[in-house]
Amino acid sequence: MTRVPLVQLAHARSGDKGDSANIGVIAHEPELYPILVEQVTTERVKAHFGDWVRGGVERYELPNLRALNFVLHGALDGGGTVSLRTDAQGKVLSAALLRLDVEVSDEVAERTRGWGRVPQGWKPEKP
Amino acid sequence: MTARKVRVGGGQGFWGDDLDAPIRLVEGGPLDYLVLDYLAEVTMSILRKLRDRDPSAGYAGDFVQLMERIWPACAARKISVVANAGGVNPSGCADALLAVARRAGLTGKSNVGLVTGDDLMERLDELLAAGHPLANLETGAPLASIRDRVRSANAYLGAGPMVEALRQGADVVVTGRVADPALAVAALAHEFRWSLADHDRMAAAALAGHVLECGAQATGGNCMAEWWTIPDLDVVGFPIVEMEESGEFTVTKHPATGGRVDRRSVTEQIIYEIGDPTRVLTPDVVADFTTIRLTDEGNDRVRLEGIRGEPATDSYKVSIAYSAGWTVAGTLLYTWPDAVEKAQAADAQLRRRIERLGYRFDAVHTEMVGWNAGHGPMTPPAPADVPEVQLRVAVRSEDRGSVERFSREMAPLVLTGPPSVTGYAGGRAKVQEVVAYWPALIAKRAVDRQVAVEVRAV
Repeated sequence: MTRVPLVQLAHARSGDKGDSANIGVIAHEPELYPILVEQVTTERVKAHFGDWVRGGVERYELPNLRALNFVLHGALDGGGTVSLRTDAQGKVLSAALLRLDVEVSDEVAERTRGWGRVPQGWKPEKP
Repeated sequence: MTARKVRVGGGQGFWGDDLDAPIRLVEGGPLDYLVLDYLAEVTMSILRKLRDRDPSAGYAGDFVQLMERIWPACAARKISVVANAGGVNPSGCADALLAVARRAGLTGKSNVGLVTGDDLMERLDELLAAGHPLANLETGAPLASIRDRVRSANAYLGAGPMVEALRQGADVVVTGRVADPALAVAALAHEFRWSLADHDRMAAAALAGHVLECGAQATGGNCMAEWWTIPDLDVVGFPIVEMEESGEFTVTKHPATGGRVDRRSVTEQIIYEIGDPTRVLTPDVVADFTTIRLTDEGNDRVRLEGIRGEPATDSYKVSIAYSAGWTVAGTLLYTWPDAVEKAQAADAQLRRRIERLGYRFDAVHTEMVGWNAGHGPMTPPAPADVPEVQLRVAVRSEDRGSVERFSREMAPLVLTGPPSVTGYAGGRAKVQEVVAYWPALIAKRAVDRQVAVEVRAV
């Protein structure tokens, strides 16, 4: 078994509602979804965000979309217009969650190596 | 025989979005409806401030300018437009629209529909006295605790009044606050003559509206999945729903536009800003997003089917904005060598200084942009040789004087603090009022009696 960052297995988008943020986490492939369900638990997510999330964390499963939805209460330092953070609306909390590491088989680690990251040597297209 | 399709395009994700996107939707291929979302959570309080200064203001002027550009094409091609651009002055917005349409020679060729009644500001005390607590949905606190600081209060109306405006012949409908997806729900319910009590079709329409309401976020913008492979985002095609009578639909975009519509871009948007996916609340329906069947058909086409709905609740969500003090943020750039250490030392110096001066803040927040501003405590330790960081310190207080004074405390660090610092050429940071958001619920019956629909011929 190997530990890999979640960004290798999933992509995500986050947004705000008042002082709560939500993060949708979507498995790159159907076979990776059970790994998310098993390992990306509310407890781990709450611990990962530490004192940036003052309230509770809820998790919802959407197996039809191979996705999990996390609702993080008290995650925005008072909410979109009150928060003093640059990311007052929680837009990059999705990427922050993808820093979490998960344990996968060597086969999965090998197959998904580099997923979610710009390939080496990539350059933006010239206009 | 192919099923009849109604094409609805989502042309704005917020007030400030790509100004040309609606034009690409109108001109780039077939379209029946253009829906435009201009109102974020706090936009209403900004608009109210504008209206306080000028009674004819208070709506999204961008929309009127946009209509001036696209109205002749929309009229010629029978594209109807539904927008929540009315803000706190939908009637003023309708007046401006009529003036623009007449100048464009559309007299007798178009009708403007106006939906009012979302605005609860003038009725707050009456509603409180009648036993509507308007308690904060997140904290449970009663509205009375902030009543004297309320700046705007609006219910999120549903599709019903907009459907009525379309039924009466409007081809441009302007509203104040309505639920974002309701713009598309109204277009679809009108076009297919769907009953608002047909819960599964309402759920399909609400899902369609949800996919459309953030513009290019459904078509490759802000999409994490292999983002570097998404082509031509400078001319990104905004999303189009091709709805069928069955309630099944396809998400796509016009040909020859940039972006990407696939399982990944659409799924990211479906899950965007929702709570419990089995009960996604809208004023028109409670939709169960776990019943969606998603099929990526390739060629920028994603099929969404199977969604189930249940009756809407008997409440509207209300968005209340209230004044909550003052804020300012100042920045300075520190460079190599020891950029992070210098910024940390400057922050410590600044904090000792404001403490000695005796100023009190509800919050002081420090970020090092370039290192930990986005991911806070999840950020790994700074690399040894960071080329530069921007120190950003923000404060918030009920006392405007303290915030004003803080705005003068950052610049002196250029001469009094750690070295290799720059970036204050822009002058003193601007103190701004904090307008906080207070979500609440209200019984629909208390709002519906003030909702009005009016259709005015150009």
